[in-house]
Amino acid sequence: MTGLTKLTLAAARDGLAAGDFSARELTEAHLAAMADARALGAFITETPERALEMAGAADAARAAGEAGPLCGLPIAVKDLFCTKGILTTAGSHILDGFTPPYESTVTANLWRDGAVLLGKLNLDEFAMGSSNETSFFGPVENPWRPKGDTRSFVPGGSSGGSAAAVAAHLALAATGTDTGGSIRQPAAFTGTVGIKPTYGRCSRWGIIAFASSLDQAGVFGRTVRDAAIVLGSMAGLDAKDSTSADIPVPDFEAALDGGVKGLRVGVPREYRRAGMPGEIAALWERGAAWFREAGAEIVEISLPHTDYALAAYYIIAPAEASSNLARYDGVRYGLRVPGEDLISMYENTRVEGFGAEVTRRVLIGTYALSAGYYDAYYLKAQKVRSLIARDFEQAYEAVDVILTPTTPTPAFAMGEKSDDPIAMYLNDVFTVPA
Amino acid sequence: MTVDKATVARIAHLARIAVPQARQEPLAGDLNRILQWVEQLNQVDTDNVLPMTSVAAMKMRWRADEVTDGDRRADVLANAPLAEHGFFAVPKVIE
Repeated sequence: MTGLTKLTLAAARDGLAAGDFSARELTEAHLAAMADARALGAFITETPERALEMAGAADAARAAGEAGPLCGLPIAVKDLFCTKGILTTAGSHILDGFTPPYESTVTANLWRDGAVLLGKLNLDEFAMGSSNETSFFGPVENPWRPKGDTRSFVPGGSSGGSAAAVAAHLALAATGTDTGGSIRQPAAFTGTVGIKPTYGRCSRWGIIAFASSLDQAGVFGRTVRDAAIVLGSMAGLDAKDSTSADIPVPDFEAALDGGVKGLRVGVPREYRRAGMPGEIAALWERGAAWFREAGAEIVEISLPHTDYALAAYYIIAPAEASSNLARYDGVRYGLRVPGEDLISMYENTRVEGFGAEVTRRVLIGTYALSAGYYDAYYLKAQKVRSLIARDFEQAYEAVDVILTPTTPTPAFAMGEKSDDPIAMYLNDVFTVPA
Repeated sequence: MTVDKATVARIAHLARIAVPQARQEPLAGDLNRILQWVEQLNQVDTDNVLPMTSVAAMKMRWRADEVTDGDRRADVLANAPLAEHGFFAVPKVIE
């Protein structure tokens, strides 16, 4: 039943409820699609046995009248979420063989609601990257490419495996994480829907940390409805994450029917950049036109510190990363490379375990936090961050939502930007502020 | 403020990464380009601006100071590259 992978998650849910097919059939169809699409490199670990076991349990639960909101729906998980008893890599060599003895809160919520795990998805190492080319397990290829072009294109990053798997119909939906654009940018590059919810909406417990004040879990779907359904299960207060928000989770799916009539949609003038490709500008304008036609009001707004967000981000995120990644020392889990003493064991383990981009960011972060430079870099960046947040607070006094392009360029070819860190960083210019 | 090879060696040691000699020069170049690009932050007037310390305006929650978990030695050691006698094992640090 290959047609089953063509369904949206909402349609699959309704088909399961109507008894048109079983969770087992739906899962088998996706496992077959995954096997056919291995050339994309979307998965690091496929879990077919676990998937069939969970699908069987879902069919049994439905027969017993105990179907949860995601009962029997096969999805895939970015390999940054710890999954009990299943290899979890963060796309890094340094976590070699790490098998968590616990389950992240977000994935536990998904299994509670009946979802089926297909496997763990490829990503940039420790979620640091915008093209999924920094993974120890190799790059992910975008299932799409421009007509007539024979080159391979990147799916964006860091959640490149998630984006590619959903775009290629290998999973009905996938989890991702977004620190400076790692869900929104790959969703834009693959024609999927991606949402980074407000910080605190999803628990970060059990998600391997990159930059804790920015990391947030979210979801990829092929439709807005699909993303809304899955996010509803992922979100919620968690005592294990002191920054998780104590705010009731609304019914995101029900909210889709509200329409946008009377909505005030802000368009920030600073996002209109010199040299923006015509196709990006045209898509942005078309989005505004759709809102106008549906009865929303387009309001020009200003976010004056936009230009500085990226530079502030590339101090703050590496600073937090250098601290978070200090735990990988070859003692408690993962790779260990011997040395003549304890310190050299740490140093040998880390030089072999971390790839080039992670090393670069850990060094930048260490430098920015080191004695004599803390005020000039880290403190300055945190002050600029306050001003950026103030820009948004003031904008939201005048508008309900803000409409921007996600990326300054369309998807690029593999290898096109991998030699120049700053060219790669600039891809996040529109996503980093939020 | 420019980062030279010696500075790379110093911060690499602080970060406990044994960056080989041959990679120090190219890394110094990368770090300088990134830091020069970050210099643009100095164009922003941040006098009388407080640094951000909390992402969302929320108070940290408190919980009772009590044990909520435990007896998981086997779980804790399960992923250790080397464990002996119920402990993580590391190279000798005291003679």
